Amino acid sequence: MQVPILKQRHYLIASIQGALTDADLLRLCDDLLEQVGKFRSQGVVIDVTVLDVMDSFATRTLRSISQMLKLRGAGTVIVGIQPDVAFAMIQLGLRLEGAVTALDLEEGIAFLDKGKKEGQRTWPVSST
Amino acid sequence: MPNKNRRPSALATATGKEAPDSLLRELVAHFRDNRDPLRRQWLEMMTAKGLLEGLTPGEAETESATIYDTCIDCLDTGTYESAQIYATKMAERGVLRGMTTEQILGGMLTLRDVYGRSLFDRYLSSPARLAAALDAYEPVGNNILAVVALAFIEERERVVRQQQEAIRELSTPVLRVRPGLLILPIIGLIDSQRTRQLTDQLLRAIRAHRAKVVVMDITGVPAVDSKVANHMVQTVDAARLLGATVIVTGVSPEIAQTLVTIGVDLSKMNTVGDLQGGIEEADLLLGYRVIVGEEASAPQEQ
Amino acid sequence: MASEQHIAIASDADIVVARQATRALTVELGFSSSDQAGVATAVSEIARNIVEYAQSGEIVIRVALNGGHRGIVVVARDTGPGIDDVEIAMGDGYTTGRGLGLGLPGARRLMDEFDIVSKVGKGTTVTMKKWVR
Repeated sequence: MQVPILKQRHYLIASIQGALTDADLLRLCDDLLEQVGKFRSQGVVIDVTVLDVMDSFATRTLRSISQMLKLRGAGTVIVGIQPDVAFAMIQLGLRLEGAVTALDLEEGIAFLDKGKKEGQRTWPVSST
Repeated sequence: MPNKNRRPSALATATGKEAPDSLLRELVAHFRDNRDPLRRQWLEMMTAKGLLEGLTPGEAETESATIYDTCIDCLDTGTYESAQIYATKMAERGVLRGMTTEQILGGMLTLRDVYGRSLFDRYLSSPARLAAALDAYEPVGNNILAVVALAFIEERERVVRQQQEAIRELSTPVLRVRPGLLILPIIGLIDSQRTRQLTDQLLRAIRAHRAKVVVMDITGVPAVDSKVANHMVQTVDAARLLGATVIVTGVSPEIAQTLVTIGVDLSKMNTVGDLQGGIEEADLLLGYRVIVGEEASAPQEQ
Repeated sequence: MASEQHIAIASDADIVVARQATRALTVELGFSSSDQAGVATAVSEIARNIVEYAQSGEIVIRVALNGGHRGIVVVARDTGPGIDDVEIAMGDGYTTGRGLGLGLPGARRLMDEFDIVSKVGKGTTVTMKKWVR
């Protein structure tokens, strides 16, 4: 299932719609890296609200996407991780170090806006 | 419920062997005919043993009548449905909760004695007949006892589980102080089961209240070991995945020493000395500024 | 409730199938929502292990009964290269593939019971259980 990417102002919003295979995730990575340059986007929000599992591959890929986008000059916020999913990830030993997380789309955009308002050109690597 | 006079359906299964139908009929009729004297006798014996304490005379009267009839019902129908229903109802009404194990089991054992003795009296002249009657009656009596005891134990276990659950929830409240800020005061010992629950509750609260900062105060935690410390780190990491920052406060000198000595990686944990400092730090992160109003700063008139 | 479900694992798409089937069964069994996510994540990890190290294999899920307790049994079987030293593979951080090296030890942390049998050149079988709390 392909992940739709919406352009909104200076940002791209990747809104995951259903369970993703590894190939879907890698494709999302390619698409985002390409479009962020094409639209000169300054920030990307990846909405994972619908995911009911985030295993090691998904976590690692999201982390890599976030790091690669940073190299392309855009900040990334991962939003909507469900409490149950967060709990399972932690038990599994997974962290999203290096990626910013926020509660939902609204908070994610607010975070990007805040960075933009202060004229930030580089992006923080952790949410704290 | 008593005396429904259901037709016997499975006599053989009830008695464990082929009891002549006529003998069972005779036993049932015997217990029914002597209902009043036998029940009196049972009540007197229970009173003598102090098994009726806490029950009003009215309650003792109704309960004993129902139990007496229920037992005959089981003998009559060959099923333990009515005993099961009665025991469940008794549990639901909270009757079992107010009584001691001794009262319940003692009462049932006494009734078994009363029934048994009345059979001795009746068949005294014919030992063969007595043996047959006891063969028919005893397994039923034992089964009824088992049904009631089981219902009693199940009820107790259910209450214990309920209370454990209540204590656990009571002990980990998640409090909202202002928009975006939650406080999680942890009091008492933490084990893995409790950390699970605590983390689960915290994550749901973060989502429900849209919290951005959580102050986790461990002033009330007496001791930690490496396992508990790792649990704490897990809770902090899980909150971070939902976009919330956790500030840990109230680390005692002993706990500080333990954590450093056992080498738990605390580099990712924000710590502030006490709860007050933690809330101030949280306010800073959230962009709140506390301004002391003029009225509050003026001397108060007593 | 189907007594046993076999899911053939040969590609990354099958991993999704395996965890969805697992989730459906855990819902049916009445697992708490956090345990549902945990079991599905553990299955995702061991299914991924099959794809990465053995190319193909299968995952079997079924209901477990133990007295009054109900739970789920997950068996992951492959005929791949096998694991030389199970002890080392079960340690955190060990990986020879693309993962984070958390697969097996991570799955063990998410489940109540975990057992692994492996023979070099023969393959690996992982059996894990989780009980409804």
